[in-house]
Amino acid sequence: MSDGKVALELVDIHKSYGALEVLKGVSLQARDGEVISILGSSGSGKSTLLRCINLLERPSRGKIAISGEELVLKPAKEGGLQAADPRQLERMRSRIGFVFQSFNLWPHKSILENIIEAPTQVLRQPKEQAIARAEQLLERVGLLDKRNAYPANLSGGQQQRIAIARALAMDPQVLLFDEPTSALDPELVNEVLAVMRSLAQEGRTMLIVTHEMRFAREVSSQVVFLHQGQIEEAGSPAQVFDNPQSQRVRDFMASHA
Amino acid sequence: MNWNWSVIIEHLPRLVDGMWVTLELVFVSGIVGLLLAVPLALMRASHNRWLRLLPYAYIFFFRGTPLLVQIFLIYYGSSQFTFVRESLLWPILREPYWCAIIAFTLNTSAYSAELIRGAIQAVPKGELEAADAFGMSRALKIRRIVLPRAFGIVLPAYGNELILMLKSSSLASTITLLDITGAARSIIARTYTPLEIFFAAGMFYLLIAAVLIGAFRLLERRLNRHQHYKLPERIGEIDPRLAD
Repeated sequence: MSDGKVALELVDIHKSYGALEVLKGVSLQARDGEVISILGSSGSGKSTLLRCINLLERPSRGKIAISGEELVLKPAKEGGLQAADPRQLERMRSRIGFVFQSFNLWPHKSILENIIEAPTQVLRQPKEQAIARAEQLLERVGLLDKRNAYPANLSGGQQQRIAIARALAMDPQVLLFDEPTSALDPELVNEVLAVMRSLAQEGRTMLIVTHEMRFAREVSSQVVFLHQGQIEEAGSPAQVFDNPQSQRVRDFMASHA
Repeated sequence: MNWNWSVIIEHLPRLVDGMWVTLELVFVSGIVGLLLAVPLALMRASHNRWLRLLPYAYIFFFRGTPLLVQIFLIYYGSSQFTFVRESLLWPILREPYWCAIIAFTLNTSAYSAELIRGAIQAVPKGELEAADAFGMSRALKIRRIVLPRAFGIVLPAYGNELILMLKSSSLASTITLLDITGAARSIIARTYTPLEIFFAAGMFYLLIAAVLIGAFRLLERRLNRHQHYKLPERIGEIDPRLAD
């Protein structure tokens, strides 16, 4: 296991929708350079957990810290917790890369504009610098020739590679992937996984919600299995995949083998 | 019947003068109305209940009453109040031209606000979440993502609104303004040739409408260029550096 500094820490995260409790106290720690895969059947709270980290979803209880800085939370009128200081939330969000299942590129902006948008507008980088960096990233995901195209011109796999490049352009401390290949045709999955694999190899800190078991086993330093809003089992891939202690995890692995 | 072309030709300069008045009415109130409509629409799309309800009465009134009544209320109504006649606004409110512009502006801003609100709410939630996830502030998100997307979505409907306004502007003639319709009526009062002159007036409206339609088509191609972009055939067309 990596012995880097703690990049991301979640303590006792709870989340309810009305009477339905989706997360029942999840704690998680990711050290620098760690790749954590979050597995579980649908409805186990995987995506909700990931979306609570940057407050796309409001947790009802718990603590969130990035690189030792705790996000200050206060109760929201509509229920759940919200950031006490919107500025702090914006700053912390800008350090967390988020890749969505449905890509969520901005369709009215070209590929290059999509990638430089946040670096120039949020981080206030000079445009030339942002473009130079964007071109490097486009080259890396193999799509430099699409820089002037628009999202609608691209296949799902290409759009997701652009979404990853867009997240990388912010040089985030942690990258969160919310089922990044679930909306893709099977033949497009591998091009996205290849990019993610290379990110894991260069030591990026990543949290990945996924159904790609082989991929998770191959790249993860830690695997977390969620069941009904709680961590059922966590450990190294070898432990969780080959020698699970919980019967539920054994059943899940058997049906996803 | 006895069709008389010469009466049209003879009075063409007056109809052209009327056209300029019509164009001024439509463009001044169109632009100011749009500037008013954007904040109204943002308030209508707000999550804050009070902010959302505030413009509602305004929009309800201007959409729910005839434009002609609104024009009369402003032109004849405002002069009934002593405090209006004594105020700094009186030089403006006693002019039929400005009364018409005020009525058109308020009217079109109410309609446009509802169109823009619909467009704002039609921007897919995921695109907004992406903006949130990058740490954009609310103001930045509205400026960079929400409004540009909403303008692209609203454009065809807004073109329609402008054309409706162009035709409604003929109501300005009821408060003595010599727009196309006003000029036509004053010519007819002296020449008794309603058929020829109203025909000519109709042609002027058609001409302006045609220009508006064309302008909106161009604007749509520009604002929604992402819907029309075609990938180039050869790689060198994208970036010369890529063509070896």
